[in-house]
Amino acid sequence: MRFVLLPLISLSLMQAANFATDVQPVLAKRCIMCHGGAQQISGLRLDNAADAMKGGYSGPIIVAGNSATSKLIERIASTKDGFRMPPSGPALNPAEIAALKAWVDEGAVWPAGVTIGKSVTKKSTHWAFQPLQKPSAPAVKNTAWPRNSIDNFVLATLEAKNLKPAAEASKLTLLRRAALDLTGLPPTPEQTRAFLADNRPDAYERIVDELLRSPHYGERWARQWLDLARYADTDGFEKDLPRQHSWRWRNYVIDSLNFDKPFNQFTIEQLAGDQLPNPSLEQKVATGFHRNTLINREAGVTRAEDRFDTLVNRVSTTSTTWMGLTMGCSQCHDHKYDPISQKEFYSTMALFSNSFDTDMDAPVPGELGPWLAARPAYLKKRQELLNSAPVSTWFATWQDKMRAAVTKPGTDIEWDFSVTSFRVMFDHAEKVLMMPAEQRSERDQNRLLSYFLSNPSHTLRGEKEKADNLKEIRDAIRKLDEENPKLTQAYVIIPDPSAPPQRIAVRGDWKTPGIEVQPGTLAVLPEFKPGDDPTRLAFAKWLVNDANPLTPRVIVNRYWQEFFGRGLVKTSEDFGTQGEKPSHPELLDHLANQFRESNWSVKQLHKSIVLSATYRQSSKARPEVEEIDPDNALLARQQRLRLSAESIRDSALLAAGLLNTKIGGPSVRPPQPKGVSELVYGNSAKWIESTGPDKYRRGLYTFFQRTAPYPMLTNFDAPDMSVSCSRRRTSNTPLQALNLLNDPVFFEAAGALAYRLQTEAPAGVEDKINYAFDLALGRPASARELTRLKRFLDEQPQDTAWTSLARVILNTDEFIVRE
Amino acid sequence: MNNRRQFLNNFAGGITGMALADLLQRDGYAANLNPLAPKKPHFPGKAKRVIYMFMEGGPSQMDLFDPKPALAKWHGQSLPESFTKDLKLAFIKPTAAVLGSPRVFTRHGQSGMELSDYIPNIAKQADNICLVRSMHTEAFNHHPGQLLMFTGFTVPGRPTLGAWSVYGLGSESENLPGFVVLSSGVGTSGGASNFSSGFLPSTYQGTQFRSGGDPILYMSSPDGVDKKTQRATIDAISDLNKEHLGETGDQEIASRMAAYELAYRMQVAGPELIDFSNESQATLDMYGIGKEPTNQFSTNCLLARRLIERGTRFVLMMHASWDQHTNLNKALKANCEKTDQGTAALIQDLKQRGLLEDTLIVWGGEFGRTPMQEVRNLMDPDGAGRDHHPNAYSMFLAGGGIKPGTVIGETDDLGFTITKDPVGVHDLQATILHTLGFDHTKLTYRFMGRDFRLTDIHGEVMRKMLA
Repeated sequence: MRFVLLPLISLSLMQAANFATDVQPVLAKRCIMCHGGAQQISGLRLDNAADAMKGGYSGPIIVAGNSATSKLIERIASTKDGFRMPPSGPALNPAEIAALKAWVDEGAVWPAGVTIGKSVTKKSTHWAFQPLQKPSAPAVKNTAWPRNSIDNFVLATLEAKNLKPAAEASKLTLLRRAALDLTGLPPTPEQTRAFLADNRPDAYERIVDELLRSPHYGERWARQWLDLARYADTDGFEKDLPRQHSWRWRNYVIDSLNFDKPFNQFTIEQLAGDQLPNPSLEQKVATGFHRNTLINREAGVTRAEDRFDTLVNRVSTTSTTWMGLTMGCSQCHDHKYDPISQKEFYSTMALFSNSFDTDMDAPVPGELGPWLAARPAYLKKRQELLNSAPVSTWFATWQDKMRAAVTKPGTDIEWDFSVTSFRVMFDHAEKVLMMPAEQRSERDQNRLLSYFLSNPSHTLRGEKEKADNLKEIRDAIRKLDEENPKLTQAYVIIPDPSAPPQRIAVRGDWKTPGIEVQPGTLAVLPEFKPGDDPTRLAFAKWLVNDANPLTPRVIVNRYWQEFFGRGLVKTSEDFGTQGEKPSHPELLDHLANQFRESNWSVKQLHKSIVLSATYRQSSKARPEVEEIDPDNALLARQQRLRLSAESIRDSALLAAGLLNTKIGGPSVRPPQPKGVSELVYGNSAKWIESTGPDKYRRGLYTFFQRTAPYPMLTNFDAPDMSVSCSRRRTSNTPLQALNLLNDPVFFEAAGALAYRLQTEAPAGVEDKINYAFDLALGRPASARELTRLKRFLDEQPQDTAWTSLARVILNTDEFIVRE
Repeated sequence: MNNRRQFLNNFAGGITGMALADLLQRDGYAANLNPLAPKKPHFPGKAKRVIYMFMEGGPSQMDLFDPKPALAKWHGQSLPESFTKDLKLAFIKPTAAVLGSPRVFTRHGQSGMELSDYIPNIAKQADNICLVRSMHTEAFNHHPGQLLMFTGFTVPGRPTLGAWSVYGLGSESENLPGFVVLSSGVGTSGGASNFSSGFLPSTYQGTQFRSGGDPILYMSSPDGVDKKTQRATIDAISDLNKEHLGETGDQEIASRMAAYELAYRMQVAGPELIDFSNESQATLDMYGIGKEPTNQFSTNCLLARRLIERGTRFVLMMHASWDQHTNLNKALKANCEKTDQGTAALIQDLKQRGLLEDTLIVWGGEFGRTPMQEVRNLMDPDGAGRDHHPNAYSMFLAGGGIKPGTVIGETDDLGFTITKDPVGVHDLQATILHTLGFDHTKLTYRFMGRDFRLTDIHGEVMRKMLA
């Protein structure tokens, strides 16, 4: 190749390149379809002087006067497929290459005012990005059916297809449906009796209000939010260390939902609570939303890489949760289908990358008093222990050695190794270590001292007595810590003024930084006008700004999905062009408007959905409609929905009378077979079973170990909590059957339910069976069911017959489905 | 569909569970209900099933598969800077001294494959395996490396190789899970993420067999529930479900009834699976079952054979850990002593039974180890080990569609870089899927608006590895 080019190069040295005749036609013919006015792949635009000289995401590509260092020339002259530009069609011919090369070498002069081709400003016409419409409720023929405006929209669509809505579900079905949907728990026999006895016209509304007021409402709806926030109780990845205080943020979520905190405020607090003026403790705790990202503490992982993965996850999660967009696709390149450029992905990342992850005291009620009272004595005792030996000298030596290994690695391999594990196990390790002690916060100083006490490395090598002494002091301090009251911690995010500017990661690779980008968001959405202050706070406010149509659409749709099994937009995670179109676009906008106008009240939205005639329809199959609408998108009936994993557990425990109804607090470890946690790296996870009432807490509180999740949750389709999950899939597997049949937790529930039948129900066999149905299914047994179950009882040994019967009922399809 | 449903509804009262299952099956209804029903791949694959022997932690290739006598010459010296310029390692510095291998390599079989004295039994299978000395990966830490190997991506959330396989092929077994995980040694870095279904339906996730207690979680009936009661219970559940199916017309109920029948069959099949009493003593001895230190791993090898004989599509065996940062000579020996015999016996046994030709075996870790030594304790120079090395390492494959008695690729004198026929992780995945009959670019699943695939945007089928 080279010998072919040589004469051309000498030719080019003799002849001046003419832009108009030699350069411009090549750019026009071969470059600007991808790098011009219509699209700018990799951020590169070669149709005008200013943009051409600016270059693309990886930086300038033309170095005037130096073709040898100009990427433009490198790429067009390359012989490597996939690297050579243009990527399709024949390579540029040698004369064309020579002309461009000569033009660059001669200073890359672009005649003033010349632009190539047309500039196109594309305005996306995709429905989701258009402003919210304010459709009025359509007229319907059957005016008696609608109970609120939702029904007009649904019925109008049905009538257009000559369909009639289904009949209303029975009172018992409605109660069980509303109870499970709003609280995740089936109704108790007392609730059922009271509801049946209530003949007032607004009896249903009254029970709905009662359910909305129940503290279990916050638990049920927290579950959905935790899926989106990829909440777990461990770091994830190899070490998968426990996060003892993750639940503190979960408490915030439950409380916020129970108080019906306006959703716009809920949004702002979680994305930027720390940046609000005089933030309250809870507003700071709220920022834990993005602390749920995974951390890889493997020794070889560089912090920069892990941080990058964390930020990618935060951008993707934010976009899934609030925008219903698959921004993750733009990590490596401009989005193939949606108007999201790679640059915009990193502009959004810039909103998050100038923050700092830290922990703080976040006492829950009742903690602070005893802690303060014990504090003086505790500190005195601790200081005495530390003074009982020259700990401070040893600590200083350790810091010197560690600092030396940080500054001059390769000198002492043992200290190098200590630094390697320090970097991954101690958050912000280097920053804290290298900072003069007096500049460290008290928390960091204590953290560092504790780390040293547990990991003194070779500080006291060869001095066994001193080393033993240090160990004794460490153990004594640990014991002291255990004996003294502690404060719950919260994992939060705060601004980091020292963060470097955000750069594009070329091809999504953090090791290849491209051009610097400013914090910002998507051009296709209403303008982000943060002024001089493009903070997370400005971004959060923009998300819930009146002009932004996407957030309310995405949020109301996701709630709708929970009540009908599918959203009005089925792909609740993707409102982009690859997602499905809304089945009822006007209803979606109507709900979005209502939601905003009600001051973003989630409870009001839920109430209007649950009170609608649409929601109250029977879920029985309608073969005559199925032909037209196999997915039930038109809503000519309700839908039978399998309960979530958590709700199945909760329902069984509630029916059995075992459920612990405590709200909030730390995660628990219900019984789990051996061999599950043993799967975790190096058998490091200890599943120490909770005892007493903690065994019987709702599924929401089950400790989520990312690399070995609680099997029952996984069997029933709980997500793995590594990425944001907008809708759970529902599977139907033999492992689920084995789980319900044979898991000791469910067998114990069957036993406890049998005990209730023996002790709480009248003596008659039918009474007992009916009571079991009441407790588990919220209805009495039919005559045929009674016959069949009496036959079953007769076949069973007497002493275990009722447990077996309870087990049958807890395994029916109906028990794990809401109808 | 509707006629069938009406038929079921009408007759819902009177059919026993077993009869219903039969009926569903005969009617072809089960195929619709069961997402694990066998499916045809894109083209006829030479392999019908996979046993993936995942050697977690990164076995040392230059002590097992890739002889490097030059290491002895360099032993104790640092590598020239030209080698190590851009090298990033987990623990050691690029300037660390070279560690020679004390292993003795000899040629084996007609192929003359050079293999180490630590794996004498695998060595006897040289003519049955295809050794790849030119594997490379992008990840040099365990969990990202394992995720890359199994999901094609270094962060969690995507489906694993086993899940993709059963998603694509379904399962031949009606009584056992389609994708089974057997583990030995200690827990792995990847844990459940190595057999997760990611964003695929959870039907496709691996079912973990446990070494103690029930092989499958919750497979045994609770204490005090005998077979008769369990059967009567499932029959009663089935009748109540049928009643309700008639009431609601929801076909998911029929699907759940089928799942309960399958669960019951699993309860029967499970004990039979793990009951080795009909295996000959010669077989047990060949695997090394009933003696130490082979018993645990070899039991899994035999279970793997029994699983695939019974129609399981994908068996993932995970043995941890081969992560010898220290004490290489002793710890590697211990690992080999536990696993060499069982591995070789499995290949041999499958061959004897005519199963090797359509069963793919894959053996290897998420990366290899450095030619340089890692010393963590200066007081214990004999305790040297090797760090993670992503740039060049070895794996082997055998069976369905794989060219036996072959060596693919070469590395330089120190085993530092690949000099011939590099095989990336996505290439390996593409090749595995090819043996199963899939074009890896077309086995996709739509999620978040995008068609995802195991090999992401990479991967090339390695024709040289194919028979």
